[in-house]
Amino acid sequence: MSDHDILNPKEMPHDPEKATLEGKNKFIGFWFFLGGETVLFASLFGTYLALRNSTNNGPSSEDLFGLGLVFIMTMLLLTSSLTSVYAMYHMKNNDFKKMQVWLGITVALGLAFLGCEIYEFYHYIHGYEFTFRSSAFGSAFYTLVGFHGGHVVFGLLWFIALMIRNAKRGLNLYNAPKYYIASLYWHFIDVVWVFIFTVVYLMGVL
Amino acid sequence: MKGWISKLRTLSLFAFMVLILSACGKENLTSLVPKGYGAEQSFNVMIISILVMIIVFVVVMAIYLYVILRFRRKKGQEDDIPKQTEGNKTLETIWTIIPIILLIVIAVPTITATYDLADTSDQEDAININVQGEQFWWHFEYANEGLQASQDLYIPTGEKVYLNMESTDVIHSFWLPSISGKMDVNPENENSMYIEAYEEGVYWGKCTEFCGSSHSLMDFKVIAVSPEEYNQWVEDMKGTSEQSTPETTTAQEGQELFSNNCLQCHATDANQPSAGPNLANFGDRTTIAGVLDYNKEELVNWITNPAEQKPANGMLDAPYLEEGHIGNEEAEKIADYLMQLQPSEITPESAK
Amino acid sequence: MSTMVANQKGFGAKIWDYLTTVDHKKIAILYLVAGGFFFLIGGLEALAIRWQLVEPMNDFVSSGFYNELITMHGTTMIFLAAMPLIFAFMNAVVPLQIGARDVAFPFLNSLGFWLFLFGGIMLNVGWFTGGAADAGWTAYAPLSTTSPGEGVDYYVLGLQISGAGTLIGGINFLVTIVNMRAPGMTYMRMPLFTWTAFVASALILFAFPALTVGLFLMMFDRLFDSGFFDPSMGGNSVIWQHLFWIFGHPEVYILVLPAFGIFSEIFSTFSKKRLFGYTAMVFATVLIAFFGFMVWAHHMFTVGLGPAANSIFAVATMAIAVPTGIKIFNWLFTLWGGSITINTPMLWGLGFIPTFTVGGFTGVMLAAAAADFQYHDTYFVVAHFHYVIVGGVVFGLIAGTHYWWPKMFGKVLNDKLGKVTFWLFFTGFHLTFFIQHFLGLMGMPRRYWVYLEDQGLNLGNMISTIGALLMGVGTIVLLYNIVVTSIKGEKVSGDPWDGRTLEWAIPSPPPHYNFKQTPLVRGLDPLWVEKSEGRKGITPAEPLDDIHMPNGSILPFIMSLGLFIAGFGFIYQKYDLSWLIVLFIGMGITLGAMLTRSLKDDLGHHIHKEDLEKEEAGE
Repeated sequence: MSDHDILNPKEMPHDPEKATLEGKNKFIGFWFFLGGETVLFASLFGTYLALRNSTNNGPSSEDLFGLGLVFIMTMLLLTSSLTSVYAMYHMKNNDFKKMQVWLGITVALGLAFLGCEIYEFYHYIHGYEFTFRSSAFGSAFYTLVGFHGGHVVFGLLWFIALMIRNAKRGLNLYNAPKYYIASLYWHFIDVVWVFIFTVVYLMGVL
Repeated sequence: MKGWISKLRTLSLFAFMVLILSACGKENLTSLVPKGYGAEQSFNVMIISILVMIIVFVVVMAIYLYVILRFRRKKGQEDDIPKQTEGNKTLETIWTIIPIILLIVIAVPTITATYDLADTSDQEDAININVQGEQFWWHFEYANEGLQASQDLYIPTGEKVYLNMESTDVIHSFWLPSISGKMDVNPENENSMYIEAYEEGVYWGKCTEFCGSSHSLMDFKVIAVSPEEYNQWVEDMKGTSEQSTPETTTAQEGQELFSNNCLQCHATDANQPSAGPNLANFGDRTTIAGVLDYNKEELVNWITNPAEQKPANGMLDAPYLEEGHIGNEEAEKIADYLMQLQPSEITPESAK
Repeated sequence: MSTMVANQKGFGAKIWDYLTTVDHKKIAILYLVAGGFFFLIGGLEALAIRWQLVEPMNDFVSSGFYNELITMHGTTMIFLAAMPLIFAFMNAVVPLQIGARDVAFPFLNSLGFWLFLFGGIMLNVGWFTGGAADAGWTAYAPLSTTSPGEGVDYYVLGLQISGAGTLIGGINFLVTIVNMRAPGMTYMRMPLFTWTAFVASALILFAFPALTVGLFLMMFDRLFDSGFFDPSMGGNSVIWQHLFWIFGHPEVYILVLPAFGIFSEIFSTFSKKRLFGYTAMVFATVLIAFFGFMVWAHHMFTVGLGPAANSIFAVATMAIAVPTGIKIFNWLFTLWGGSITINTPMLWGLGFIPTFTVGGFTGVMLAAAAADFQYHDTYFVVAHFHYVIVGGVVFGLIAGTHYWWPKMFGKVLNDKLGKVTFWLFFTGFHLTFFIQHFLGLMGMPRRYWVYLEDQGLNLGNMISTIGALLMGVGTIVLLYNIVVTSIKGEKVSGDPWDGRTLEWAIPSPPPHYNFKQTPLVRGLDPLWVEKSEGRKGITPAEPLDDIHMPNGSILPFIMSLGLFIAGFGFIYQKYDLSWLIVLFIGMGITLGAMLTRSLKDDLGHHIHKEDLEKEEAGE
């Protein structure tokens, strides 16, 4: 396939993300990467579970966590995962505009999630004087949730960069895999959050 | 050429066997001559595994040597193409099954011994000692009697002595090769193990978890004496006090200097907990600071210049070093005082 | 583009070519040179350690410096010598063995190398800023979290950066092997080196993130006052040990499996037989990797995990002996009935079998938890892992160096000098380490700066030091061999060993597109299949056509440099927050380079059919 065909395909295939060898490589490579990320988060979860009661006479999870805000955050992130699925659906139908719109909604939801998280941290630090340095529990909490938050930030920057870069030229076989793996990343972030919701917050208040 | 090499090989092998047989290491330090329960258990597992391994090794080497000698390409065979065998199911099954059986032979005694060595069912009625590892010395507290001892641990022979170990700084590990295998001394949780010495003796112990600059100098001794002698030692130690006055005048002056400069951290009363090593029976120590020969000269050196003998040890923070008013003369007086602290007739000598 | 650069002769252009290259063969050379350099540094550290221990109570080095030496020796040898040298051969050989023109992600391949190199330099910067890391290569907390100065900070950041590079390399090879195999190259036709590279890459993928997390936690504890490993804040230092060994044990297999692969190739080639029990070899490899994740706590038998955990991990560890034994026997039976040539690579292979067997046996002995209470953290362990890592990995790497040198550089290393190297190194190795088993049992713990007089340890230590010197001499001969061969060595054909696998079907060194036409693989040992049917070359799977190749790029170098700079900001902000500026500059450079990479299209270039035809006519 020549460069021209990749950037200006005459006809978009149904799976544009896997139409080129580079696309296939990216696709599989990214799945492997997510496998590694899984171990990364598993290690962080393990550390958190080992230290979640080591409060060093500081605030404990029962003192801190309420489910209201966290429930809203969960809904925001789950919805954003769904909207990114819509975006990919439109990518497969070669409807670039709709894809960008749905990705825009995804980004907006992600930003809302991030806002909630920042508010939550602010609340813990100023309301309870519960910081990264309070106790081993504090260190473990902020590290686990913060790593997830960092992933959210990176995912948002990724989406935004892709949307701006390709706004004018539309979809082709070169950028379709990029969109696709960005959305895979976003789903992964969502799955990690479900575990955080369960392990950190639900187990923390029950 | 060939014969020469093989002769050399036989000779070196022979030399090696001699080396191994004649030197199992220093008595009461080596794990190869077990003199206590734990070391014996470990040794038994060791022997079983070595025997199994030697059998396998002989088989492997027999095939290996045969193959090399028999199938090396000879002149005139340059163009021979050997048969391209894919494999052999029977053979492959054999060398999968037999190792599994051999491993079971090792695994069963391993598990038995592992559980046995972790058994704490009779801990409550036994002698319990709280062991504390610190950079770079050992502290022993006799839990039932409240007695304090450092560096030299006295235990009775023929009974289990439980050690409850915790560190105050980094991780250390308590190893007494001739009596028992090791156990880590962690800063965040207490680990328990027991030791039991079969015969009287002074046993060398070492720190085996890398703990900093003087890790290699963090030795201790365990002095196993008869139960009667042990009981007497405990009684004698209970009677120690900081007030007891030494006989000679230099030692009395030494006591004065010691009180002013050393007593903030050390104690000479075995009933008295202290931040630094307890020196109540310093006169009967086997070594100074765990590793130095026991004599006055070394002790004076140690007092005046502890950094040289044991880098980064806790004494370096002592105010007297900075103030500089303990010279050789003063140190000798302190040494006189310390070396006459012999509250008990039970000494390392009793263990021989 | 890269062909144009290569054609310009100047020295500067050559440097620029290597800085920007994404060609797996050139990256292999970079890994080989950098890994070899770190191997020499680690070796010098080892000699200094042995010299300090030549006699009791020696004062050749101070205790502080000694602790830095042992820490850096271990860290350097594992992360900066063995790992990159393994990657050197994976890069040089795997794409050729599967009939590919490059790896799946050439850009990331280059990024992986530069991250490793800058990480390696970072680790060693500590030497010049008041002391390198001194808490042991295992860096157990709290010793590591309380170690003064910046040595351990350099350890943490250096390993973090080079670890990222390794992870990238692992993913790259996984995808390469999954996606880039030539037509007919099914999984069960892959050469064993490719198989082991594949499995080792999977191990990297699942093991390194645990180290990443451990290093982050340690960095937070040291530089940002968190309390993960600090008991006074409720932390628990044993967590570090778990994370470290969840990574650390698979790491051993990451290193040794590719070495197994190298030996499998060598045994097969030089006995002129296909590998005995190929299928069993593949499954044994996979099984070892699988078990490798379930045995980490055998490094922690004395931590106090309790008899149940100790027993489970003991049995799981012993189980690994079964697939390893299968491998040993399969190698022996590959030789059985063969037509064995004993040249340098084969000699290393033959030296490996008994050596590694001993290492495996002591491994089983160590797995017996109740006996390990005696072995743990003594010279017995030091002896064991050197038998495995030197006897397995280093022997394998040196064997691979001799075996693939002609493929990489077009010249065969001198066989006589190679054999001298082997005998010196092999004898020195056993002198050094065999006696250490006994030193350990006789009461010598590891990481001892000095040992006392009259403890029965003098003779053994002296023998050990003499052996180390012999190994040093052997290494010098190897270096001399490399220099002499590079200057005087004669060019050889593409197939000097009468090889069996695809890499021997193309010229040495290979053209930068590797295969003019993608080969068609018709069986295990594809070149041998063709030879046995009387053909000279390999059957092509496609007509001659344009070849698509990736473009070179300086961005990987810049990204790595940015992280390197940011590392200093991370460390020194603990004294003075204005160093945060350095941190932001570094991260800015890296993120900027990433953004550039993301926004700028890079579609690669084509080598045209006509040029390939002209080249053929010109030859």
